Amino acid sequence: MFLLLPFDSLIVNLLGISLTVLFTLLLVFIIVPAIFGVSFGIRKLYMKSLLKIFAWATLRMERGAKEKNHQLYKPYTNGIIAKDPTSLEEEIKEIRRSGSSKALDNTPEFELSDIFYFCRKGMETIMDDEVTKRFSAEELESWNLLSRTNYNFQYISLRLTVLWGLGVLIRYCFLLPLRFKEFMSKHVHLMCYRICVRALTAIITYHDRENRPRNGGICVANHTSPIDVIILASDGYYAMVGQVHGGLMGVIQRAMVKACPHVWFERSEVKDRHLVAKRLTEHVQDKSKLPILIFPEGTCINNTSVMMFKKGSFEIGATVYPVAIKYDPQFGDAFWNSSKYGMVTYLLRMMTSWAIVCSVWYLPPMTREADEDAVQFANRVKSAIARQGGLVDLLWDGGLKREKVKDTFKEEQQKLYSKMIVGNHKDRSRS
Amino acid sequence: MGSRSSHAAVIPDGDSIRRETGFSQASLLRLHHRFRALDRNKKGYLSRMDLQQIGALAVNPLGDRIIESFFPDGSQRVDFPGFVRVLAHFRPVEDEDTETQDPKKPEPLNSRRNKLHCEFVRTCTNAFQLYDLDRDGKISRHEMLQVLRLMVGVQVTEEQLENIADRTVQEADEDGDGAVSFVEFTKSLEKMDVEQKMSIRILK
Repeated sequence: MFLLLPFDSLIVNLLGISLTVLFTLLLVFIIVPAIFGVSFGIRKLYMKSLLKIFAWATLRMERGAKEKNHQLYKPYTNGIIAKDPTSLEEEIKEIRRSGSSKALDNTPEFELSDIFYFCRKGMETIMDDEVTKRFSAEELESWNLLSRTNYNFQYISLRLTVLWGLGVLIRYCFLLPLRFKEFMSKHVHLMCYRICVRALTAIITYHDRENRPRNGGICVANHTSPIDVIILASDGYYAMVGQVHGGLMGVIQRAMVKACPHVWFERSEVKDRHLVAKRLTEHVQDKSKLPILIFPEGTCINNTSVMMFKKGSFEIGATVYPVAIKYDPQFGDAFWNSSKYGMVTYLLRMMTSWAIVCSVWYLPPMTREADEDAVQFANRVKSAIARQGGLVDLLWDGGLKREKVKDTFKEEQQKLYSKMIVGNHKDRSRS
Repeated sequence: MGSRSSHAAVIPDGDSIRRETGFSQASLLRLHHRFRALDRNKKGYLSRMDLQQIGALAVNPLGDRIIESFFPDGSQRVDFPGFVRVLAHFRPVEDEDTETQDPKKPEPLNSRRNKLHCEFVRTCTNAFQLYDLDRDGKISRHEMLQVLRLMVGVQVTEEQLENIADRTVQEADEDGDGAVSFVEFTKSLEKMDVEQKMSIRILK
């Protein structure tokens, strides 16, 4: 029994030493470069090895499933229905054509079978529709082991939580005493964001950095998660516009406001567009103020598409610097479904994913042209962002996440159909 | 979020649903996932409101009627078996569950033709139900008008619509009772390749 005692102390010593070594290593390799914005190739290696592990794991799983004769749940990113991209007119014409042998000019105006088109379309959307897909996390075609490997899971989460904790500490210790020194605070901001970025093991590739937003402009980006903010802010100085959150997020927001002029809104205030527009215009006209960062979709989308931009930010008339952000979903899903879970759970999920890999493209600045109205301008910017990021450009409103669809869209469909059945009639009655 | 591996044990009564509706194992899994995605509050069933939330369905002029077909006999909820049963009406003939078929026996000619005829009748029934709201087995002129009105909204005048409705009923009506019965309906659709137009191809 007493033989174990000297061993115990030895082990304790060893543990102590190794922990200290670990921490110093962490400090040296991660925090110091974070301050100076230098990076090592370690993270790229990490990414490559992760990819290899995922591919191997997927193969293993498929083999295992085949042996047990179970059906593996294979998600499809493009939906489960084989859809033909034809329009309403073409489809109905085809339905009519397949039945009657009459010539096309004598096609009657309305057929009982026209209903088939609407019926089938309706059923198809019940099985699978574009929008609901966007609000559930993007489905991956291969596994990424997030809830499987327990051993790695523990190890990574410990390291990350430690880093994040350090980041928070430094941020608060520096922010509070320095709230009156603008230059220092800017610098510190950058540093803190960079630490956060490291803490999340984020690997970000910035493209076209010469197009970065300047003072007096508005920076517009597509929105997937609050991490978008960290990613953009670690590469430039911005003033934020956003809604006031309760809880942890609120605390962070208040701390940020003390250091830098940001513009926070209540969600109900946002409805009062004039107030918002006025505040934004004031900020923009002051050339010394930082460019405003806005996410015009209005809510977090799951990063496979870009939804309709709300026109408010485009009415102000300042230069718009579009930015496209695209996450690589293989390493961790950054999408935040705020109707499903709150901030802390979300942060935890972020901390414990393998890594966050994304690309940021800075697009050349755009201004509203003389013959464009705000909506057209917004759509133009949206298409540019969607094209650059390889995302699907959708006409749908981000508001669909919470509310029902507007009637104007239904009227569009009705108009199209009426033209088909009544258009001929009008010509006939005129002659 | 990683994907979850699930197999048939997850779906309650999976085997009996499969046999009844003829969906393949994989399709059933997909539909189950879809059911869960639509059921936002995790109640275990779908209400009318859950289906109304689907954007593309709300713009469909017949959206409400289509939703109604999921709630027969005035019920307010539809569970997963009910959901699948309605969708099974739109499953094409080819998407048969290959496990239950015997690959060695060739299919006799008669039964293929019978099958197609059944398909046709089924397709017509689905469409008929969308017209015949009061379920009396006939499409009256009034019901025809209602459906037309749904499909065109406010774009067409009442007079034009009435003309169209009258003409359509006259063309299809054979026994002169001023309404279109199911038999008359199927007759007028016989010439068209309706099974194709009403079926939805599900990716394997």
